[in-house]
Amino acid sequence: MSLATPDALNITTKQKIALGLGLIGLFILTLALFNTSFPNKGLFLTIALSLIVIGTIFYSREAYLNKLEGIKNDGVWFKSISSRGFWGWSVGIILTAFYIVLYFYPQYLGLGKDGVENTGLISLFDPLSQLLSGRNASQWFVYGTLYTIAILAFGYKFILKYRHNRYQQIRTVSVMFFQLGFAFLIPEFMYVMNNDLPYYDLKSIWPLNYYIFDEWSVKAFLSNGNIGLSLILFGVLSIFVITPILTYKYGKRWYCSWVCGCGGLAETAGDSFRHLSSKKLSAWKLERWLIHLVLVFSVVMTTAMIYTYLGYKSNDFWLTRGVFISLVIGFLTIIFAGVMIFKRNELGKDAKYGAIGFFLVITLLLIMHFTGTTDQLFYIKSGNLRSAYGIYIGSIFSGVIGTGFYPILGSRAWCRFGCPMAAILGFQQRLFSKFRITTNGGQCISCGNCSNSCEMGIDVRHYAQKGENIVRSSCVGCGICAAVCPRGVLKLENDSMKGRINPNEILIGNDVDLMKLVNEN
Amino acid sequence: MEHVVIIGNGISGVTLARHVRKLSDKKITIISAEAEYFFSRTALMYVYMGHMKFEHTQPYEDWFWDKNRIDLKQGFVESIDTKSKVLHFSHGETLNYDKLVIATGSKPNKFGWPGQDLEGVMGMYHKQDLENLEKYAPNNKECKRAVIVGGGLIGIELAEMLNSRSIPVTFLVRESSFWNGVLPEGESGMINRHIRNHHIDLRLSTNLKEIKSDENGKVKSVIIEETGEEIECDVVGLTAGVSPNIDFIKDSEIETGRGVKVNRYLETNIPDVYAIGDCAEQHEAIGNRRPIEAVWYTGRMMGEALAQTICGNRIKYNPGYWFNSAKFLDIEYQTYGWVHGKKGRPENEAHFHWKHEDDTKCITVAYDKNTNKFLGINTFGIRMRHETFDTWLTENRDVDYVINHLAEANFDPEFYSRFEKQIIQSYNNQLQTA
Repeated sequence: MSLATPDALNITTKQKIALGLGLIGLFILTLALFNTSFPNKGLFLTIALSLIVIGTIFYSREAYLNKLEGIKNDGVWFKSISSRGFWGWSVGIILTAFYIVLYFYPQYLGLGKDGVENTGLISLFDPLSQLLSGRNASQWFVYGTLYTIAILAFGYKFILKYRHNRYQQIRTVSVMFFQLGFAFLIPEFMYVMNNDLPYYDLKSIWPLNYYIFDEWSVKAFLSNGNIGLSLILFGVLSIFVITPILTYKYGKRWYCSWVCGCGGLAETAGDSFRHLSSKKLSAWKLERWLIHLVLVFSVVMTTAMIYTYLGYKSNDFWLTRGVFISLVIGFLTIIFAGVMIFKRNELGKDAKYGAIGFFLVITLLLIMHFTGTTDQLFYIKSGNLRSAYGIYIGSIFSGVIGTGFYPILGSRAWCRFGCPMAAILGFQQRLFSKFRITTNGGQCISCGNCSNSCEMGIDVRHYAQKGENIVRSSCVGCGICAAVCPRGVLKLENDSMKGRINPNEILIGNDVDLMKLVNEN
Repeated sequence: MEHVVIIGNGISGVTLARHVRKLSDKKITIISAEAEYFFSRTALMYVYMGHMKFEHTQPYEDWFWDKNRIDLKQGFVESIDTKSKVLHFSHGETLNYDKLVIATGSKPNKFGWPGQDLEGVMGMYHKQDLENLEKYAPNNKECKRAVIVGGGLIGIELAEMLNSRSIPVTFLVRESSFWNGVLPEGESGMINRHIRNHHIDLRLSTNLKEIKSDENGKVKSVIIEETGEEIECDVVGLTAGVSPNIDFIKDSEIETGRGVKVNRYLETNIPDVYAIGDCAEQHEAIGNRRPIEAVWYTGRMMGEALAQTICGNRIKYNPGYWFNSAKFLDIEYQTYGWVHGKKGRPENEAHFHWKHEDDTKCITVAYDKNTNKFLGINTFGIRMRHETFDTWLTENRDVDYVINHLAEANFDPEFYSRFEKQIIQSYNNQLQTA
């Protein structure tokens, strides 16, 4: 672990002041966490959050605006915080601890249960919550506020860092907008308008939003008349109609690096850690198993949930357990058959794994149907399945590991290894989308800047140096590989599906006869 | 089983090895004295700048070589016995070969300057140069100023490297404008200004007279030829070009000039001995190309071609249209076809030049002033598509066509400002006034 950095990379006096302001803001929050009772909570909350934001803004301006426009990666592998050094590990451990407390012990943040007043950190946020929705804060409100502030402040930093790159700027404004509006403000206002509606971040789509089809959620929506019904219909349309169309046209980036909140945090606050993702082939293998297993788990779990509450009492609704399970199996079979018939060649060896996954799901669903009872599925209490998913995937994987481990595993560990939504979008991106990263002929010099900066751990250079377009299910289209390329080799594009995947042995620029001889063999 | 031995694990040798493996089952050995595994030489600068670690410059994981049955051998070949087909290593070992490929690349030029071998004086080519730089220029306390001698692609990269650690740089360039042996005036001038905007002390038309030593044999200062000025410094970077790294061959039967002499099949005068990459010298230059092409891409292309010959399909090294690229600090440069600077420009080559008002983007389109045929383009700060220009050159397009279709060749990221309209307007204006 290295605390020492090359001296020249030390920060300026102004940056030290900016850092100081931000740390004072954090210190106020820490004092609140340890139950300091501030006389005027609204005032101190405003001071704390303002200091954090102002500190970040000043720091970034000093870091980037005094230099010419261009790539600003000097020293990222020297700085302790961004190279798994002392500060990297420290921040990682603090974040992880925060997530564990947030998910499992919110009382330590000061959450008052059963009508008891909030204390500590959460009570500090009561005035803001009161202002927005007329109720006291919860741990999720505190988290949501801090999350939004992180995306906004570090989004500003990112925009300055890439002030020569309009793609990066527009994309960042987009994630800032969706976080502030869709994830933070709109749900609060929806609550003000109709406080029976469950919290619903419209852009959080099943299966990332794994609780939307839960019994309590569906019941709450359905008991709220047309607005509730339209919201849940929107949820269904999001995944089955809107998502496939947008992914076909633009690749999964429209969601993962333009809209999604997890992606938003990774792209802004997590930007300093993007290069830490592993580019090894072994990591890619692990990724493909893990993310698809989570997807299988997620599909089975959701089906099981809906299945459970469809069977409580004699159901005079047309959607019975039998009909539902047949619909799910039928839908999955159509997709599977379609892919096998039309895309068999592109899948290659992966077809086998796809088939294993498909039959695994079908078998599980059939076992469930024929062995399940009213409240037991797979011989375990059905609620347990849901809570296992919630704890292990929803909390530990996406939160504790996904974000807490930013400084260790890079900023997209959850997106890459766990997110079932990313798995679905990626599956489509790989097989049925106009998106690709085009490689510019023979211009690659194998320098490795692209691979290094890929937050998803794609070995971009592996393709670029062969003159081959990058068509990978995991690519979130952040565009940083193209930005850092010193030779102008990479370009994110939506073009026709034909010739999208173009493996070559000999690159443009060599003997045309040789290219023909080798590439057409 | 035939044993193909390749001396040098750079892009040429490694490309050759990969392609031989694809085409055959021959035993392949790659020898290197520089590094255990293949790395991208062009990426060394990013290690010093902290963008990457050294291992990230290696395009293949360590298991790749075993998996593809490519033996890696570390050692320095001291001499070659072409009669008995044996290599002799500096530590006494020997190795037999059936086919030998020399792919030893380049070494930095030194022109006999007094003090050129002092401590703290270095080129920027080998991995060892990087280690040396890290030793003598770790920060701006140890290294209060660095002087770079030689204004080419490596010189400006070294300047960028030192700049990233806030080490003041004086950049001595022999020519009257940066790289103007290659770049036309307008472009070269723009890069001069860009270098100075980065607070690099660029000295044009300036030569090095000598490097002075302190009492410990370490560099203390340099003396300027023209003015006699003494510039104190702790590091001197010698980046006045490179030449073939073939000293160990001079005593063998293999014919050498400045490089290892090869024919169009990349064969030397000795059967079963070949040379590719920076160290190969064509008997006669191919088209406008130089007899020695010390470029990443040409090294790779020679490797691709020679693999065919070695595996029984004897073909010429017959490169297509010239292309190249570089990055000058923040400004990317690409070239397709031929655009000449003042030096060596054919009489019939005329230029259309457009520069953006922000002084970081420009293009130069070269065309035949008699036939209007498009000859080539230099583009700065705007990315262009290789494939499009390759096609236009094959189709013998004229300059009007190229200017009016530039939008098709644009390769900049989405949402970038586009300049085709301005360029066309400027083109039409220049033609009318001319």
